[in-house]
Amino acid sequence: MNSIKIDHATASVEFNKDEAHVNWHDETLWFVRSKRDKAVFQLPEWEQLREAGSQIKNHVLSNMHDLLLEFEEKATANGITVHWAANAQEHNEIIYSIIKSEGVNRMVKSKSMLTEECHLNDFLKTKGVEVIDSDLGERIVQMREETPSHIVLPAIHLKKSDVGETFHKHLGTKKGATDPQYLTEAARQHLRDTFLTRKVALTGVNFAIAETGGFVVCTNEGNADMGVHLADVHIACMGFEKIIPKVEHLGVFLRLLARSATGQPITTFSSHFHKPRAGQKMHIVIVDNGRSKQLGRPDFRNSLKCIRCAACLNTCPVYRRSGGHSYHTAISGPIGSILAPNLDMAQNADLPFASTLCGSCSNVCPVKIDIHEQLYKWRQVLVQAGHVSSIKSIGVKSMASVLSSPSFYRTAGKLGRFLMKNTPFMTNNHLNTWYDQREMPEVPKESFREWFIREKGNK
Amino acid sequence: MSSREKILSQIKINQPDFQELNVNFKFDTVYESLYEKFAETLSFVGGEALEVNSFAEIKADIQKHYQGITNIATTIDELLELADFSLNITDPHELEMLNLVIIEGDFAVAENAAIWVSEKQLPHRALPMITQYLAIVIHKTDIVANMHRAYERVKVDETGFGTFISGPSKTADIEQSLVIGAHGARGLVVYVMAG
Repeated sequence: MNSIKIDHATASVEFNKDEAHVNWHDETLWFVRSKRDKAVFQLPEWEQLREAGSQIKNHVLSNMHDLLLEFEEKATANGITVHWAANAQEHNEIIYSIIKSEGVNRMVKSKSMLTEECHLNDFLKTKGVEVIDSDLGERIVQMREETPSHIVLPAIHLKKSDVGETFHKHLGTKKGATDPQYLTEAARQHLRDTFLTRKVALTGVNFAIAETGGFVVCTNEGNADMGVHLADVHIACMGFEKIIPKVEHLGVFLRLLARSATGQPITTFSSHFHKPRAGQKMHIVIVDNGRSKQLGRPDFRNSLKCIRCAACLNTCPVYRRSGGHSYHTAISGPIGSILAPNLDMAQNADLPFASTLCGSCSNVCPVKIDIHEQLYKWRQVLVQAGHVSSIKSIGVKSMASVLSSPSFYRTAGKLGRFLMKNTPFMTNNHLNTWYDQREMPEVPKESFREWFIREKGNK
Repeated sequence: MSSREKILSQIKINQPDFQELNVNFKFDTVYESLYEKFAETLSFVGGEALEVNSFAEIKADIQKHYQGITNIATTIDELLELADFSLNITDPHELEMLNLVIIEGDFAVAENAAIWVSEKQLPHRALPMITQYLAIVIHKTDIVANMHRAYERVKVDETGFGTFISGPSKTADIEQSLVIGAHGARGLVVYVMAG
C-alpha cells in the first residue's frame, strides 16, 4: 500500500463535488485542444513534423553524453557559467549561492517547471530570499499560495472571480472586479516594478543547442525577456534532456511547440541567448534529478523526449475532469504520471492509474511519446513492487481467473445478470465505487453467446 | 566524484545505443503570396501589417496613429525626426519611459508572422519588450515561408541575443480570455516596405 496523503482518486472526488465547475474546466481545456487541432490541420506535413521531432529526440537520448559535453564547451566559450546539479537540493543550493554572491535577497523568475519540481521557491524562502513569479498565471497561483495546476496554463483551475478576489487582496484592485483586461493591467503595473528592481532573474529553458552553446526561451507575455534584460544576472535552469543537436532542429520544434500547446503558430517571443550582454553574468544549471535513472529504463526513457507543450493534459478525459492539483506533483496529467513514479514510486503509485488508457495523449504528442503504453507498463511495475493496494490486485486476480475459464465465465455471467436484475443493491452500493457517478443500463435477458446459439439453432 | 562526473557517467551507462539521425526534418511550404500570408497571420496574432513605399509614408502614418505621444525612440536614421528619446544610454532601466519604439527587422516568416531581430538591430536587448508600443519595419522581399527557411537564413549566434517576435505581448491566463499587452508591447505595427 502506498503512503500518499491524498491520492488522485480521492482528490478527484473532491474536485467533482462542484459539477458546474468541473464542466467548465472540462470545456475550457477541450477548447484549447480544439485550437490545437485547428492550427495543426493547416500544416499538411504535420505528421512528418511529429516524426522528425520524435527522431531528433531519439537521437538525442542516444547521444546525450556527447551532446551535453559539446554544449558545455560551447556555452563556456560564449561566456556562460555552466553548473551541474545531481538533484533538486543541489540545484537549489547552486541558485542560492549565486543570489548570495550578488548580495541580494530578491529574485524575479519566469516560468520554469523544473524549479517547481525542485521546490525552489520554498527553499529560497527558508533562506530569506523573496521570489516573484512573473508569468501572470504563476503570479496568480503564487499569491494564493497554490501550485500551478497545468504546465502551460498555471491558473486554469481558477475562475476570473477567483483572480479578482486574489488581486483585490494583494494588488488593491476594485472589490468584485472580474474583467480580465483590467486585472491583467493591474498585474502588468505590479510586475513592471518588479522587473525594474530585481538584480537577479531566473528563466527556464525550452531548448539548449549543443552546436552553438546557446538556449531558447519561449513566452507569450515577454516576462522572461523583461526579467533578464534588466537584471545583472541571468540564471537559466534546464533538465539535461532539453538539449538538441543543431540550430536547424529548432525549425521543427518551434513549429511543433506552440501549435500543440495553445494552437498559436508560434509563441510571441522565441528568444535565443548565446552570450551575456555587456556587464551581465549568465549561468546555466544543468539538472539530473532522476533523469539519468529514467534514461536507463528502456520502457520509460521516451518520457524524456517531452517538450512540455501540455497537449496530453488538454486532451486527457481524466485530467479535464479531475484538475491538475489531483495529481499532487509539479507536472500533472498523463506525461507527469509517467515522470513522477521514476522520482518516487511509493508516493506516486496512484498516478499511472489516473488514466483510461484511451491513447488520446499519445495521438496528440508532438514528439510521439507512447504515453498511454508507458502508463500501462508502470501499472505492472508498481503492482509487482507492491505499491498498489491489495483490493485492486485481488480484483484483477479474480477477474483473471474468471476470464481464463470459459465455463466459469459463463456461469459467472449468468449469476451476475440474475443478481443485478433481482437484487440490484448487491452491486449498486457504496462498496462499489464504480456506481458513485453512474447509473447502470438495464440488464440484458441473455448473453451474446446464448443469443448466438439460439439464433443459429433457428436457421 | 563531482556531480558533473556523476551525472555524465550515469548518462553514458544508461543512454540507449547510438541512433543515427537520418530523417528528413525540413519541409517546403508554398504560399501564393508570402506577404499576404504574413499579413493574415500577423492579424491573427494581434498585430497589424501595413504596406508602404517610403519612409515618408511610415512617418505620416505614425504621426497620424500616435498623435501627441512623447518618448519615442528609433534605430532608423530616416525616422530620427520622429524621435524625442535618445538610445545613447548605458542603463537599460532608462528605457522604461518609452512609449513607442520603431526598429528594423532582419526578416519575417510568413507561416507564423515571426520577425527576427537581434543585437544587430537592437542597441538594447530590452528595447522591443519594454516599450509600450512597438513598430517594426521590414522589406517585402525579406519574408520567408516557414521556420526551416528562417533557420537557413539566420546565424543565431552571430550576436549574443536574438528573438523571433510574433505579434504584441499577450496572455490568456485569466479564464482563457485573450488580453493583448501582458508585460511587453501593447501593440505591434509592421511596416512592410515594397520592393
